[in-house]
Amino acid sequence: MSSSRELLAAWLLVLAGAAAHVQAQAQVTTPYAGIGRPATPAELAAWDIDVRPDFKGLPRGSGSVAQGMEVWEGKCASCHGIFGESNEVFSPLTGGTSKEDMQTGRVARLTDRAFPGRTTMMKLAHLSTLWDYINRAMPWNAPKSLTADEVYAVTAYLLNLGGVLPESFTLSDRNMSQVQGMLPNRNGLTTDHGLWPGNTMGTRKPDVSAVACMKDCAPARLVATTLPDFARNAHGNLAEQNRLVGPQRGADTTVAAAATGTAPAVSAGDAVAAAAPAANTPAKPPATKAGAADGAAIALTQKYACVACHGMDKKILGPGFQEIARKYAARPDGLDYLAGKIKSGGSGVWGAVPMPPQTLAGGEAKQIAQWLMEGARK
Amino acid sequence: MKLDGSAPGRLVKAPENFLGTPDIRQVMAGRRDFLRRAFVVAGAAGATAAVATRVQAATAVAIGEGEPAVLELPAHTKGLGQPVVTDGYGKPSQYEANVQRRQSPGLTQSNQSSVSFAPLQSMFGIVTPNGLHFERHHQGWWDVDPTRHRLMVNGSDPALLRRPQVFTMDALMRLPSVSRFHFIECGANTGMEWGNVAVPTCQYTHGMLSCSEFTGVPLRVVLEMCGVDPRKGRYVLAEGADGSSMTRTIPMELVENGDVLLAYGQNGEMLRPENGYPLRLVVPGVQGVSWVKYLRRIEVGDKPYGTKDEVLHYIDLMPDGRHRQYTSIQECKSVITTPSGGQVLLDKGFYSISGLAWSGRGKVKRVDVSVDGGRNWRTARLESPVMSRCLTRFNLDWVWDGKPALVQSRAMDETGYVQPTYRQLRAVRGSRSIYHNNAVQTWLVQESGEVKNVQLS
Repeated sequence: MSSSRELLAAWLLVLAGAAAHVQAQAQVTTPYAGIGRPATPAELAAWDIDVRPDFKGLPRGSGSVAQGMEVWEGKCASCHGIFGESNEVFSPLTGGTSKEDMQTGRVARLTDRAFPGRTTMMKLAHLSTLWDYINRAMPWNAPKSLTADEVYAVTAYLLNLGGVLPESFTLSDRNMSQVQGMLPNRNGLTTDHGLWPGNTMGTRKPDVSAVACMKDCAPARLVATTLPDFARNAHGNLAEQNRLVGPQRGADTTVAAAATGTAPAVSAGDAVAAAAPAANTPAKPPATKAGAADGAAIALTQKYACVACHGMDKKILGPGFQEIARKYAARPDGLDYLAGKIKSGGSGVWGAVPMPPQTLAGGEAKQIAQWLMEGARK
Repeated sequence: MKLDGSAPGRLVKAPENFLGTPDIRQVMAGRRDFLRRAFVVAGAAGATAAVATRVQAATAVAIGEGEPAVLELPAHTKGLGQPVVTDGYGKPSQYEANVQRRQSPGLTQSNQSSVSFAPLQSMFGIVTPNGLHFERHHQGWWDVDPTRHRLMVNGSDPALLRRPQVFTMDALMRLPSVSRFHFIECGANTGMEWGNVAVPTCQYTHGMLSCSEFTGVPLRVVLEMCGVDPRKGRYVLAEGADGSSMTRTIPMELVENGDVLLAYGQNGEMLRPENGYPLRLVVPGVQGVSWVKYLRRIEVGDKPYGTKDEVLHYIDLMPDGRHRQYTSIQECKSVITTPSGGQVLLDKGFYSISGLAWSGRGKVKRVDVSVDGGRNWRTARLESPVMSRCLTRFNLDWVWDGKPALVQSRAMDETGYVQPTYRQLRAVRGSRSIYHNNAVQTWLVQESGEVKNVQLS
């Protein structure tokens, strides 16, 4: 501000703003008339489901380890394994903790670089987190379908699998804070870092301070790691993952890398098909996607959550669609067989995990089966 | 048709692909002749000019009287093209079909709790086309009916927010909006590379990164409408409407600044369903998991919430076995996108080294580029606009001499923070923290022209 008149004007503005603010507070009005409406108590109850580490928001209820096992085996075990140990779909929930950890509240194996992976039980520092997450997001394909008592029961069962609670235990809103004090990694968290953008926690300071040296900076360096040759094509052909025009092409990773210093990795013959469009050889647009019928069938597999267990080309819990397609392509009655299998479910053909019977609208099972018989195009 | 060993280090120029080995020998001979003349004529013009002319000369010899691409008029020059509105929502050229977001094989075991990576190696400037924006879903994506979508705002206690409200999309879109460019980066971006090189291209190393112009209402405006008491409520919980009902704690400081947006617009259109249509939170500078999609509820609280993605995931394991919690800021980082891993340079000569730099703490101030593995550095050009907590494009002229080159970029932000090397980062954090890897990336341009992802000791 250069003059006293401008200063005065600025102050008047500030005062006016403050007055408006006070008025808004008092009269419960905002400049934005007619926007928004009060939330009703029933609406708040329906959506305000979060549970904090101090258990604020925790509803009343209880569930025993035994009740939890029943829920678990019906609704959770297909993804997480009977003992929460499965690595098939998600990381294991249990394992890696000990009685000593329950004493210290720090999981010792977290410092063991040789221990493979980290289970939920190894990381869990707040019991509220487990309860809140099961309540809001599990089971994975039917979230928010469990009652509060079922959530207590499943939480109790998981803690039993993790060696925290005895088989006879009943978990409830009244003993959650007591059980919190038994968690193996309850003391395992820290906010002593500079990556929180508020003033209430942390150090506010970066933990690494580098210097921007410009000349003769470091001794000559060696290449320490790179991808092994056998992984060259692990992410698919990189020639098909780069633009067909510009200062470079993608490397054709379906063939071995050129020995350094001899031939280029985009060889002239391959380049035409894979990447570089030469002036006298027009670029072929990459292959087109599946047609409308394929799209409709794929949409059905999503609508009925088939995709939760079946991958497009690879096994998840059940076989991949394209694996099914290959297996039954030549079978004369394949269409009816597959349509029947979709409706009736079964087990033993592809593995022990059963596929439950599916309820589809008329013709839809056949539509999916048709798509499978034609090769399950993406 | 393959090149043999007669042309070591020599790369294929696309228009010469029809040449056989003898023809190529002839080209090389011609090039040498021309080189002599070039040095006589342009001697003082410097190496850059000489090499550039050399490449043109090689092409000139190869094409003889002229290229068919010039001499033979193509159908599109001699015919009638297609009418307007062939496609009510236009699509990229059929020749661009390689430019796709992709999953990294083996990274996740389900497709609904998974991630797809943006093809950074094929993108220009700083804006991510909406269809190429990276995806991260925890429980699958939905196309939510915007007329049925609601945002609820409440307090963990009535004292923290006096008037809990429900807003329709109609209501939110009537409020005054702002439009701002910001990057969004997953906290786990580059996470696969903490221990060693694990993936081949910058799509997979850095592709959980996108940048858009977001349009929406500052959350502060809506909280004030609801009678918030920001002295008591220092935290905000954001919650999604999808099956995962993702929750994250946001500091009130960012809301008070007016930085946090209730966003519905992305690059001039509505958000894409994969990115949270019709409403998502925008938390500039903070990792993507906090940008809650399908946003259904905001709660003001006096304590942090310890949600699943703050206690079991998005926590950084330190060498002492503790997990850092509430790590949120994406620190200053950069990556060269061209040339980058999995690409092959077409020839020796001039290239514009180009890449992206960003910082969760403000504007990018400077980017330095090294082609000798970090021994010597040159400062790159920052292309405008340079905006706070937004991708910044940098470029640097480079003449490749055909020898192996270790190409790196190192960004610095306006706080003076300098992007660290792997060695510096690991000295503090070890190599098992998964999240917040902002180390300097190295690409090895081999003599063959093929570029590899490498890490230096």
